[in-house]
Amino acid sequence: MNLVYCAGIAAIMGCGIFMLLSRHIMRIIFGVMLISASVNMTIFLAGRIGPFAPPLVRSGETVLDATAANPLPQALVLTAIVIGFSLVAFAAALALQTFRSSGTLDTRELDQAERLGSPENKEARP
Amino acid sequence: MGFIIDQALLWPVLIPLLGAALCASLWTRPDLQRVVSFSALVLMAAASLLLLSLTMEGVLLSRSFGGWQAPFGISFAADRLSAAMVSISGVLAVAAAVFGLADIRRRQEKSGFYPLLLGMLTAVNGAFLTGDIFNLYVWFEIMLITAMGLLVIDRTRAQLDGTFKYAVLNLFSTLLFLLAIAVVYGVTGTLNMADLARVLPQTQSSAALAFAAALFLIGFGIKAGFFPLFFWLPASYHTASITIAAIFAGLLTKVGVYACFRVFSLLFEAGAGMRDVIAIMAAGTMLFGVFGAAVQWDVRRILSFHIISQIGYILLGLALATPLAMAGAIFYIIHHIIVKANLFLLAGAIYRASGTYDLRKAGGLMRSHPLLAVLFAIPALSLAGIPPLSGFWAKFMVIDASFQAGQGWLAAVGLFVGLLTVFSMSKIWVEAFWKAAPTPRTVVRPVPRVMLLAIAGLATLTVWIGVQPEPFISFATAAGQTLLDPQVYATGVLGEAGTSGGTP
Repeated sequence: MNLVYCAGIAAIMGCGIFMLLSRHIMRIIFGVMLISASVNMTIFLAGRIGPFAPPLVRSGETVLDATAANPLPQALVLTAIVIGFSLVAFAAALALQTFRSSGTLDTRELDQAERLGSPENKEARP
Repeated sequence: MGFIIDQALLWPVLIPLLGAALCASLWTRPDLQRVVSFSALVLMAAASLLLLSLTMEGVLLSRSFGGWQAPFGISFAADRLSAAMVSISGVLAVAAAVFGLADIRRRQEKSGFYPLLLGMLTAVNGAFLTGDIFNLYVWFEIMLITAMGLLVIDRTRAQLDGTFKYAVLNLFSTLLFLLAIAVVYGVTGTLNMADLARVLPQTQSSAALAFAAALFLIGFGIKAGFFPLFFWLPASYHTASITIAAIFAGLLTKVGVYACFRVFSLLFEAGAGMRDVIAIMAAGTMLFGVFGAAVQWDVRRILSFHIISQIGYILLGLALATPLAMAGAIFYIIHHIIVKANLFLLAGAIYRASGTYDLRKAGGLMRSHPLLAVLFAIPALSLAGIPPLSGFWAKFMVIDASFQAGQGWLAAVGLFVGLLTVFSMSKIWVEAFWKAAPTPRTVVRPVPRVMLLAIAGLATLTVWIGVQPEPFISFATAAGQTLLDPQVYATGVLGEAGTSGGTP
């Protein structure tokens, strides 16, 4: 079963890296999202998928039931999802602003940072 | 007073966090934000110096949060290295804020400069102090998002373009870091760095762990700007506003370097093969950084490339991993943060005085601004490693260590790069200060006093370290020894008996 999960994660990560290498900014952002999703699933798998009982400590006890699911990966994945969401939202806003001010999302045409202070005599447009 | 000392570990993170929250709630009042952020930065610097004084004797401070014992809850820990990093970032932040009084424009204040700056410093200090590897990831991400906000603060086209490059490569690096955490967690079942330092040596080495180590190296390598992963840095740093660029240059790459040092001393003892890889990366980082700088004409771009070449020297210490090399690397980090940030601030002052960052158009500043010329000479010569300034001792220790470890070729690369650094610095000197201005000015543009004050403060520190290197060298040696002995850290956080991680 683990091999199936691994193959699935590898497929998602492969797609993500393929998209990341694209020239279009939106595709790059989608690529980051896919990689982020595959990493989250790796964390989940690293915590071993076994018992399904909710990890709740009964009142009066101090340790978790041996049959309960591992709570830590869930906490980690939730944190990573929230962080990933905010960063992707920021990147999308950045892409929107780039499109508004430059009129393109093709990375070949986005060279304003290179032009700024370039050693060649290309003047930067403000 | 007792309470303040008991919680010394918290203040460097808590003060800027509260400051950021307060500044954000005063969104419409930039004048109040200025007061709040300035006092928060001064308090933060004071708190971090307190932390430094507490760890000076070799005590390892640690505490866990939420009533969970050390390997289960998130813990913070400060040894000499962490405390030194926090203190130096506090001092740098105050200097940059003083400089910013004259440089930060109203428009940038209205775009949220102060909350973002304080948020970024919270994350930087958090990354230096945390003892939990997943928590380190969280601080990295907070640092990333606030840094992107600061980088794009003017929303010019160049900044949008630079920030996007910065964003994608840094997001990718933190994802690799997270993947490494997932693998390490899958193998060991623990995330606490002290616990990992105990569990990992007993764990059978496997392909998964080697893979995790490589991911850590690449993930932190992108952050820190190692060869061949540094391309985002010179593509974005020169677009930032100069105060922001100075803070970035001083702190952000160094967080990556710090994480690299922590992980590769505490978690993975770098084997011979790994060390060779790191040594080649170090040599490449030094060489390509300085070559990149040689062709540039924009002051900010020259300095951006020099960040990379200097990171190479620090990485050299990790590649050798002898006590002397570690001490040299730690000394180098302290020296580098001060000097590099100061050079960026000087670039801002040069811009004020000559109206351009382009060296071809600048000139004549030695006659019109003699004080600025003297203040430039100090960090520039220090960066190149001219005695008696701090850079000389830093380079001396690292290069001496590579000779003693029998790696003469690394020493040779280091010395050659030092020579080229002199070339770059003299290029700025000759073009901006010495030669006559291409378009002579009749009116001398004054550089604001606060700018000179900030620059002079950091330059004084450089000279002080250079003339009185002894306490700094002995501090760096002690910190390096702690770093090379993971058991000190593990015992400090977990106590003598300690618990090992549970199997997931």
